[in-house]
Amino acid sequence: MMKIVVCIKQVPDTNEIKINQVTGTLIREGVPSIMNPDDKGGLEMALSLKDKYNAHVTVITMGPPQADSILREALALGADRAILLTDRKFAGADTLATSHALAGALKRLEWDLILTGRQAIDGDTAQVGPQIAEHLSIPQVTYAEDLTYDGNRVFTVRKQSEEGYQILEVESPALITVLATANKPRYMSVKGIVEAFNKEVEIWGADKIEIDEEKLGLKGSPTKVYKAFTKGLRAAGQLYEVESEEAVGIIISKLKEKFIV
Amino acid sequence: MDIKSYKDVFVFAEQREGVVQPVVFELIGKARDLANSLGEKVVAILPGYNISDKAKDLIEYGADKVIYIDTPELKDYLTEQYAQTIYQVIKEFNPSIVLFGATTIGRDLGPRLSARLETGLTADCTKLDISEEKNLLMTRPAFGGNLMATILCKDHRPQMSTVRPGVMKKRSREVGRNGEVIKYVPQFDAAQFKVKIIETVTEKKKLIDIADAKILVSGGRGVGTREGFEKLKELAKVLNAEVSASRAMVDAGVLGHERQVGQTGKTVRPDLYFALGISGAIQHLAGMEESDFIVAINKDKYAPIFHVADLGIVGDVNKIIPLLTERLVKEEK
Amino acid sequence: MDFELNKTQQLFQQMIREFSEKEVKPLAAEIDEQERFPVETVEKMAKLGILGIPVPVAYGGAGGDNIMYSIAIEELSRVCGTTGVIVSAHTSLCVVPILEFGSEEQRQKYLPKLCRGEWLGAFGLTEPNAGTDASSQQTMAVPDGDEYILNGSKIFITNAGYAQVYIIFAMTDKSVGVKGITAFIVEAGTPGFSVGKKELKLGIRGSATCELIFENCRIPKSNILGKIGGGFSIAMKTLDGGRIGIASQALGIAQGAMDETIKYAKERKQFGKSISAFQNTQFQMAELHTKVEASRLLVRSAALKKDSGQPYSAEAAMAKLFAAETSMEVTTKAVQFHGGYGYTREYPVERMMRDAKITEIYEGTSEVQKMVIAAQIFK
Repeated sequence: MMKIVVCIKQVPDTNEIKINQVTGTLIREGVPSIMNPDDKGGLEMALSLKDKYNAHVTVITMGPPQADSILREALALGADRAILLTDRKFAGADTLATSHALAGALKRLEWDLILTGRQAIDGDTAQVGPQIAEHLSIPQVTYAEDLTYDGNRVFTVRKQSEEGYQILEVESPALITVLATANKPRYMSVKGIVEAFNKEVEIWGADKIEIDEEKLGLKGSPTKVYKAFTKGLRAAGQLYEVESEEAVGIIISKLKEKFIV
Repeated sequence: MDIKSYKDVFVFAEQREGVVQPVVFELIGKARDLANSLGEKVVAILPGYNISDKAKDLIEYGADKVIYIDTPELKDYLTEQYAQTIYQVIKEFNPSIVLFGATTIGRDLGPRLSARLETGLTADCTKLDISEEKNLLMTRPAFGGNLMATILCKDHRPQMSTVRPGVMKKRSREVGRNGEVIKYVPQFDAAQFKVKIIETVTEKKKLIDIADAKILVSGGRGVGTREGFEKLKELAKVLNAEVSASRAMVDAGVLGHERQVGQTGKTVRPDLYFALGISGAIQHLAGMEESDFIVAINKDKYAPIFHVADLGIVGDVNKIIPLLTERLVKEEK
Repeated sequence: MDFELNKTQQLFQQMIREFSEKEVKPLAAEIDEQERFPVETVEKMAKLGILGIPVPVAYGGAGGDNIMYSIAIEELSRVCGTTGVIVSAHTSLCVVPILEFGSEEQRQKYLPKLCRGEWLGAFGLTEPNAGTDASSQQTMAVPDGDEYILNGSKIFITNAGYAQVYIIFAMTDKSVGVKGITAFIVEAGTPGFSVGKKELKLGIRGSATCELIFENCRIPKSNILGKIGGGFSIAMKTLDGGRIGIASQALGIAQGAMDETIKYAKERKQFGKSISAFQNTQFQMAELHTKVEASRLLVRSAALKKDSGQPYSAEAAMAKLFAAETSMEVTTKAVQFHGGYGYTREYPVERMMRDAKITEIYEGTSEVQKMVIAAQIFK
């Protein structure tokens, strides 16, 4: 039976984030937490393979205790096993430290295929998937729009590129990062939801994974945030009543300022 | 190894089908600034097949040195082939900084390499500077663009960044500029080459969803006619933008409903929105007021669109736009 | 006493809200305009188990509770009153009575297919001369060997023509009055059973509301639901549950109108500021918001009572009475707040107002609800 592990992340719905008009800072309260859209694409891909080839699907997330809710969602969608990777030792991790923790957990699992989303809508880095593949010494294919399986060991991936796409072939074990646009994720079924909270979500800490603890958390993070700032409030607009030539000049200097020209 | 002994700013010269990508020249331009601040050199890494003649271009745009790798394995990008190559170059030459374009290739290669090197990588940087301690300050958007973060990689080398195309400025070409060109021969572990390219397809993108466009040139009653919209299309072409319209123009049959911005059309949040000859009725504003930057042109100085515009021009759209397009075409050259 | 939804209910609300926004909302205006029954939506809902929410898994249902069911109708109705009533009529008025009053054979025969949407359900009690006075049944069922022969007609039947399974009430013994009414399970395609005139309505225009005609239809005795003469009691108990559904529909419509109005009031500027900045708007909206919240609490309380197996007639009646009247008030004011724009079909509030009205009428008019409540108070 093919075994698939899907890495998913709980993220704030960044489309709903607003900027406080008075302080210019982000308003984070009341912003709903969702399963990252690219990860949803990965999970749907895994579930489609399960439908077709009777695969076993495990979902894993590294996060705080409240990340349990996206694991329940995954179970309601049809995942067979759910693991919450959570430990204070993971705190402050950049992408490298995060990928080490996840790889450490994956080393304790059996799989033919690992699926991750291409990138998360809060970090937007697209780094963790390929870094995990490197730690596990398996081949990667990123930006997957479509995936087919020959039923034996070979995955054929349609990979998105700026000019169009490529068709690539890779043999399992492999890691593939998936785009949200690859498919239309199914909805949770009512029955799936009712049963989701009766199933077990395994909780794994740093002691349960195969890892050198120096590589975890803030300690294991080569990159650190020096400062964070919002782009600021929308300044009042400037209005000009001038001749066409001058107007064009003003517009062009603005475009240059914004590196559009 | 001591942090201080890592030197020089390296740029990954991404090529596709033998063509060095435009972002590479932008990166060399920025690398030049960084190297000047550090008193160090700009070095381009150019992997490919039958690629050595491109080294000259890289030098003329600002690289001091080009390390090229010319083998059939590198003709088309594949993760492992390129990762092994760049890894070996980095391990041999110990750069302080390595820059990649944040393209599908750069975002595939960068993280794989950073993990192999156990160093820090910062993605999609829009700004790069050198700090007082001579570290690279990497600024990038997060939270869907709602937040900017400046990142440091103090204790690991090289400091790696991917940079968005179209953000940094390339320098003007110095024809005949001299630089060092070295050939590097990597040692491949072919047993690790596990991905095969079956087919590469160039495809004109299907009908664009205006909600995905970074720049929208949008017209309303003030543009008025199909001829007027042709002028907007020319402007859009120069800016690599998409054209959209208010409901009035869609109802008039000038553009299709899929290009309508507003309450009964689409909601868009582009980086730049041109509201041309659009008065700013509430139904239209509802569809575009979250745009990052709004430039509005309208004859009526009391038009409500000016309440949301960052840059407002009271004037005749049909006069200004052709002039703007003309000037922009000149700037390109 | 916990007023919060539990985790399962919250996850369910998340799913049904997303489904409503993405699959149901885009069709709402069109199906209203074209008076079209949304078959494609019914198919999608069937696949997810939305047509069998409160039915145990053993009978092919989803194994959910009445809170989840109420949330489903509320969220669907928030974007489309028509879609809400399709599910409510099918579930509360056909699926549930078979579950609660059917024999084991009947449950095994009908529930799995109804729950997976292979069959849709309907309920036929109302007749031209029997509305509020439901006991005045003129549809007759006369025994003949192993069968009953059914003659008569029903009007204003929701899902008519699209349903395969109908719970039909008929008089089997006129001499004993109300105790002479029997409930039958009648399948579409039964010879003599036809669907008549489709009503052209003010609201929920995508919902199929038609006449049913029975001309010497032969119904097997095995299709009697419950006991002979037990029909009226089944009808009343079924309507108690149906009232939770309709109250949820009214609540959803009201909430949808509130959401639209809040959005509009923030955007619309007159006299130099948003109309949401005017105290007139704020005070009225505060009152309406309070009433909508109160409706929700009444609806959920009735659903909880039903789930716990306690009597809930009066609670369901209060919920329906209050939620229906609230939705009428909220939607009417919503149109007013939208001004001229609210009167046009460019904005959804006029449809919400037209949809809201029926909630004060069907499954027992507001007057009937008051009768039920008064009977409880003065017993």
